[in-house]
Amino acid sequence: MTAYLLRRTAFLLVSLVLAGALLFLLLRLLPGDPANSLLSVGATPEQIAAARRQIGSDQPLLAQFTSWAGDMASLDLGESFVGKVPVGPEIAARLVVTVPLTLLSFLLAVLLAVPVGYVAARRADRWYGTLLGGLSQLGIAVPAFWIGMLLITVFALNLRLFPAGGFPRDDWADPADALTSLALPVATIALVMSASLIRYVRSATLDVLDSDYLRTFRALGSSFPRAMWRHGLRNAAVPVVSILGIELATTFLGAVVVESVFALPGLGSMLVKGIEEHDYPVIQGILVVSTFAVLMIGFAADLVQRLIDPRLRGGSS
Amino acid sequence: MRRLTLVSGCVLAGAVVAIAVVSFLWLPYPPEDTSGGRLAPPGLPHLLGTDKLGRDLFTQLMIGARIALGVGLGSVALGGLLGVAAGLVAGFATRWLDDTVAVVLDILIAFPTLLLAMLLVAVRDASLGSAILAIGLAMSAVVARLTRVLVKRVLAQDYITAARTSGTSWRRIVTEHVLPNIWPTLVVNLALQLGLAVLAEASLSYLGLGPPPPNASWGRMLQEAQATVLVAPVGAIAPGVLVVALVVGVNLIADGLRDVADPTRRRTR
Repeated sequence: MTAYLLRRTAFLLVSLVLAGALLFLLLRLLPGDPANSLLSVGATPEQIAAARRQIGSDQPLLAQFTSWAGDMASLDLGESFVGKVPVGPEIAARLVVTVPLTLLSFLLAVLLAVPVGYVAARRADRWYGTLLGGLSQLGIAVPAFWIGMLLITVFALNLRLFPAGGFPRDDWADPADALTSLALPVATIALVMSASLIRYVRSATLDVLDSDYLRTFRALGSSFPRAMWRHGLRNAAVPVVSILGIELATTFLGAVVVESVFALPGLGSMLVKGIEEHDYPVIQGILVVSTFAVLMIGFAADLVQRLIDPRLRGGSS
Repeated sequence: MRRLTLVSGCVLAGAVVAIAVVSFLWLPYPPEDTSGGRLAPPGLPHLLGTDKLGRDLFTQLMIGARIALGVGLGSVALGGLLGVAAGLVAGFATRWLDDTVAVVLDILIAFPTLLLAMLLVAVRDASLGSAILAIGLAMSAVVARLTRVLVKRVLAQDYITAARTSGTSWRRIVTEHVLPNIWPTLVVNLALQLGLAVLAEASLSYLGLGPPPPNASWGRMLQEAQATVLVAPVGAIAPGVLVVALVVGVNLIADGLRDVADPTRRRTR
């Protein structure tokens, strides 16, 4: 386990450096000098040179990268071009919305998908098993923002149960208030996420139900619930957990679009605004933070998977 | 039953393709015609009513089908070509190069399509080409990883060793052994990618980062109709229904093709 942990950590560090380099290159090598966004139309060559000096885009690429990597490592994400405010604290303030949104949606999606996926597999021969399987097929084809729009129309505009958008100015000072604002966005993301999760849970359960070990255990006189508990659950969990890591990362990033639907002041709406204004430090800061989050989630998912699946532990892989 | 999957998929996706083809030959109204007045209710002469600028909704929907299919097919062509090429190279490459490519692909895949697409739109500008390029590039990483795995699996077979020892060139091995063995799985995956690309285009357009006007895009139509959903619900529903119909259709085709390509799946379940 220790050897694996070391190897996996080394992989994580290499991934972080590589991902950082990729982001840096993508944002620098593509056409358009970031200094342009500081200038108005018809700037003189002197002004352009001054802007490039200020941003540092007149330096050689390698020098730019090392100074950039140093800043990132010391958590200095720079200052936004447009608002002239430090990006780091702004992102931290936005995470207060995005992180609870992600975790709540993810939790709800799992709570929804595991029983539904199980029933869809166990009762695949009944009409409701088929119906649940069909609904999850439909669910993966629906754009998340459209579900959000429909939920707003029904639950906010018609029934007036929840606000149509926005988030309390004082964040979580009044938790009930904050949770009410998050109710519809969470429902939106959870519905979309659970559709794809249901398909994984369903097929993992079908594999277990078809398995020889389950049949043998039943033939030895064990009841079905006991056989499922002793052998089925753990076997079905292995592929599902590996997918959960990816799904959690997708939830985090899927929040980007849904936040825009509900006008939530989270990371997603900050990113969209940054893109519209060509505000490179903002875009870059958000991407660095999201990449870090995605890679950490992958790391955690691999460790959990190894803990529940002893086959992965034995010997060298 | 299996035939039913394929046929219903073809009907759904085919309907959208037909709408797109017809849109090139005939449109109920010129795209920029606003003579119908703002937010006219469905009926005659405007079958589905008009949007908040007075444009005929049915006309906009037909043009939207063009954009959805254009971006979808364009990005699948780009992503498929790049992905299969990169996957083939990695699959045949030396251990060291192959490992490097695998790590880079794993990192690229850690970003979902949409985020990579947004990043590219940020450095270029929102346009039809940007959307295709962005979604296609993001997709190529997924296709490359799949191709690499498939190629490795074929190369491990005894008949490849036999072909090598009997002096067959690598080029002939690729064209006669590797490609014929991997394309059924690839086609199924590319069909699934087409559905994802259509969804990605709709999301990009909803965020205002997709093909700009005068291209009518379903995603942007939904965004524009959001504010007037209570007065003019058709505008907030019809484009969404078309997105879902196209994506479900394409996914059903993928499922149907998978069963045709892999006979062992037909017997189970």
